[in-house]
Order: sequence, then structure tokens, then C-alpha cells
Amino acid sequence: MPDESLLDLKAVTKRFGGVTALSSVSFEVSKGKIVSVIGPNGAGKTTLFNCISGVLRPEEGQIGFGLKKTRDSLVGCAPHEIARMGIARTFQNIRLFGQQTVLENILTGTYVRTEAGLLDAVWPWTRRAHQESHWAMDKAMRLMERLEIDALADRPAKALSYGQQRRVELARALASDPEMLLLDEPAAGLTVHERQALMDFLRALRQEGLTILLIEHDMKVVMPVSDWVVVLDHGAKIAEGTPDAVQRHPQVIEAYLGVAAL
Amino acid sequence: MKKQRRDWMPWTFLILAVLPFFPFNSYQIDVMANAALYALLALGLNVIVGFAGLLHLGYAAFFAIGAYACAFLNLNLGYPFWICLPVSAAVAGAAAVLLGLPVIRVRGDYLAIVTLGFGEIVRIVVTNLEPWTGGPNGLMGIGHPMIGRFNFGVDSRPYYWLLTALLALTAWICSRLRRSRIGLAWAAMKEDELAAGCLGMDTTRLKLMALGVGGAVAGMAGSVFAAKQGTVTPDSFDFIVSVMILSMVILGGLGSVRGAIVGAVILSITPELLREFAVYRMLIFGLLMIVLMRVRPQGLFGASSLKRVLHAR
Repeated sequence: MPDESLLDLKAVTKRFGGVTALSSVSFEVSKGKIVSVIGPNGAGKTTLFNCISGVLRPEEGQIGFGLKKTRDSLVGCAPHEIARMGIARTFQNIRLFGQQTVLENILTGTYVRTEAGLLDAVWPWTRRAHQESHWAMDKAMRLMERLEIDALADRPAKALSYGQQRRVELARALASDPEMLLLDEPAAGLTVHERQALMDFLRALRQEGLTILLIEHDMKVVMPVSDWVVVLDHGAKIAEGTPDAVQRHPQVIEAYLGVAAL
Repeated sequence: MKKQRRDWMPWTFLILAVLPFFPFNSYQIDVMANAALYALLALGLNVIVGFAGLLHLGYAAFFAIGAYACAFLNLNLGYPFWICLPVSAAVAGAAAVLLGLPVIRVRGDYLAIVTLGFGEIVRIVVTNLEPWTGGPNGLMGIGHPMIGRFNFGVDSRPYYWLLTALLALTAWICSRLRRSRIGLAWAAMKEDELAAGCLGMDTTRLKLMALGVGGAVAGMAGSVFAAKQGTVTPDSFDFIVSVMILSMVILGGLGSVRGAIVGAVILSITPELLREFAVYRMLIFGLLMIVLMRVRPQGLFGASSLKRVLHAR
């Protein structure tokens, strides 16, 4: 890929006891592209996300984030430090704060972009906290309108439908103004109509310059939106390339359909 | 931000402030002062358990540290109460943070057990550190607060007003905190620590902040307690005190500022009202608690039950 890479994985290996969940996985994600990670169940896709976002620490390998001149290593950083660098993520099994309202959930997304501390909350004459909360509120409102969840603002998150929760989680991730978005199966459980809306939304985000790394099972979503596809099987990368090239790759067909299909 | 629900505050505290002008006897005023003291403690613990979701069973330790700090500063260095008050709050807050550092990694019921242990350790250290704390006999002769030439003395009335003023201040701060950026982050962390971390929240730092605030409130309460009693002894800071304060917070509803105050008032006054039942007093008290928890597990004003804190993700 000729474009400049934003995320660079080099020989990332993660083991759980005797099981190697990721073995020496390397690939790059170019700035402003949508890159999909696909693979059968148990291929290590979510483990890969957990390594990038700092939830898990890989035993070997390097993960670099940022453009070449100012690249940071992510290995060994805590999740909150990685979020601060500009990586936001969603979860396969949606992790919203169920007791809190939709608005509050999205406001928590702005946490990394605000600074008010304990004293700002106590000291009523500080303007920083006031300005910040105004800014955060504004941002949350715009995101809710964009994702068409503004009517739900005061509902507790746990009371929403699956599709609505997915959108709230996406809005929460976007509220942190990330440079890169990690989406773990964002289309799972969505209706055909919702899926189409999601694809349009992802394309719009790419248009705005956001880099997206996507885990997805549904090839009807992956193939049309992705610029690049990485295929994992049993923790190893077996292929990468444009969607068309990957679909024709014999090893990919084998991994998905078995040897007989060849 | 939504309209903040603090409208109840001015009226409530105004009524509380004029209460001593009604013909109560000195015993009743003393019960009221104690209720205010417990309400202050409940507000502080509510920041730790209710806001940040850290089930702490050793809260009386910070109360003790505040009381002993006040006594020590007054007796050995001759500081007046008005200097001892903020210093004890700072000392107790710092102690809460320091004692929190080693235990912050464990969660839910495990945290409860570790903090229980730490609470007991503090009490035992205080009992055995005789040259500094007077051992089991405690410290005596702590000076009462003075305003100008007016000495607070042994009458409970001025202490009641002082405690009510501190209570109003703390309640106001707490309700501002809850709606702040930090308060929102506490609530998020309480529900799902992993998701909170991935949103850029430094959960260790947030937990220590909650402990610091809660500890400082306990230290404040402790120093008023020391100045009011004139003596401090280790048995005032028994494990049962921690449990009592926690019960108040749970009864009122985890995370609710109003709830913590109402819970503290109910639980500190009920045993006094039940005095005529003599030996059955605590039995009736316990039954009332069980019934309440069956009927309203989330507490009087709360949204989440204790179960959620115990089984936090």
C-alpha cells in the first residue's frame, strides 16, 4: 500500500497458557482507509482488538500507532493511555453503561477531550468546567442527531433495542474525536435496513478522514466498504489484499468452506 | 446538563438550622447532633461506595484518623480547633489515598474484605501506639472550639449547628461532584471498568480521588467528634461503626445525596426511639432493616442495589 500507515503491527503474538491466540500477526493500516479483519470463529480477531486497545498485552511483537515521525508503541500501555492517543473502540457484546442515559453514555466519550478535575467541580467560579461541559454537550447533541438517536437522549441505555444500543456505542466512541476507530462486529444483530445505514455511515466517516479497523462476519458488509482485508485463521494471518483479491485467495476459501470446496 | 436536583437543599438545611430553637431537651439535641455527625460520615462514604462503586468496610478508620489527628494537634502543638479541622481532613484524605494504593486492584467483595482488614489494622495500631495515642485509654482534654470569646463547651447545640453547616457544605459539594465530569466517570467506572478504561478513564486515579474525598469528609467529622467529646478512645471506631455508616448509605440509596442524609438520620434516631424496648432494641432495629431491604433493595432514594457493586464487571 502506498499510503502512509497509521497503525503498524509487527509479529504480534498472544498466548493464553498453551493456546496461541495470535501467532506473529503483521499488517499495516493506512490512514483514512477502512481495513477489515475477517476469519472464522476463534480466529483471534477480538484478541487482536484487545491487544491493540491495551486490554491484553501481547507476549511478543510491536504495535506502533501514529504517522511515521511521531509513532508511539502501544505494547505495555494501559487502555486509558491508548484511548488518549486517539484510538476508540466498540465491543462485540455492546458494553454501554446501562443505568445511565443515552446522553450520559455519549458524554463519557468526551472524557478524554476534557480536563476538568475535582476542584473544577467544587469551585463554582471556574470557567473551564463550564465551557468544557458546554462543548461536550454540544458534541453529544450533534452526534445524537447524526445517528438519529436524539429522541432517546434521556432513556437509560439498557432500555434500548439492540440496534439502538449499537448506535449509542458508536456515538460514544466517536465522541472522543478519535483518529482511529476499532469496530468489533458492528453489524451483528442488525436488520438489513440498519446494516445498509451502517455501511453508508462508515463510508461517510472515511470521507471525513477517519481510519477504521473493522471486525466483521458479514461479507455483504465487509466486501463493499473495505479498502483492504486481512484474513486470520487459527491466530495466523493467511492472506491480505483488496476485497476482490482476498475473495479469490485459495487459502481463504479453504478456511471458510473447507478443502472440498476447492 | 439536566436541571440539577438540588432544590431541596436550601429548605432542608434552613429547617435543620432552626430546629434547636424548639423546646428540645439537651439529650434530644445531643441525639440530633449525633445524627448530623453520622449524616456527614454517610455523605463521605457515599462518595466511595455510591459514586465510585468501591465497597469499603473500613470507613471508620478515616473517622479515627481525623479524630486522633485533631486531638494530637490540639494537645501536643496547641493548635485551635479551626486549624485542626482542615488539617485533620487533609490527613484523613491522604491516609485514605495511601491505604487505598495497595488494595485498589481488587474489586467487589474482595475489596470489601481487604478494606475491612485495613480498618481493623488502623484501630489496632491506634490502640497499641501508646505514646502517641494514649493506647486503650485514649487522649483526654481536647480543647473545645472557640469563636471569639465564645467557647462551644459541653452543650451540644453549637456542635449541632457546626455539623449542620458542614453537612450543608458537603451535600452541596457532593451533588456538584456527581454531575461533574469526574462524577460521570465514577458512574461509568462503577458499571463497567473495562469499558471505562477504553474510554480513556484512568480508573486507578478515579478510585483514589473518590477515596481521598470520602476520607477527607470522615476526617472532618472525626475532628468535630474529638472536639465535641473532649476525649477520643479507640473503641469509638469499632468495625460496627463502619457497618453502621454503610447501612445508612445503603438504606438511603447508593449514590443519592439526599438518601445518605435521610438514611443516617433514620438509623441514628431509631435506636434512641426504641430505648423503651430495652433489650429488644437492637432486635427490632435489625428486623426493620431486613424488612426494608426486602421491600426496597435499592434503598429509599437509590437507583442501584448493593448487588451491582458486589458483582461489578
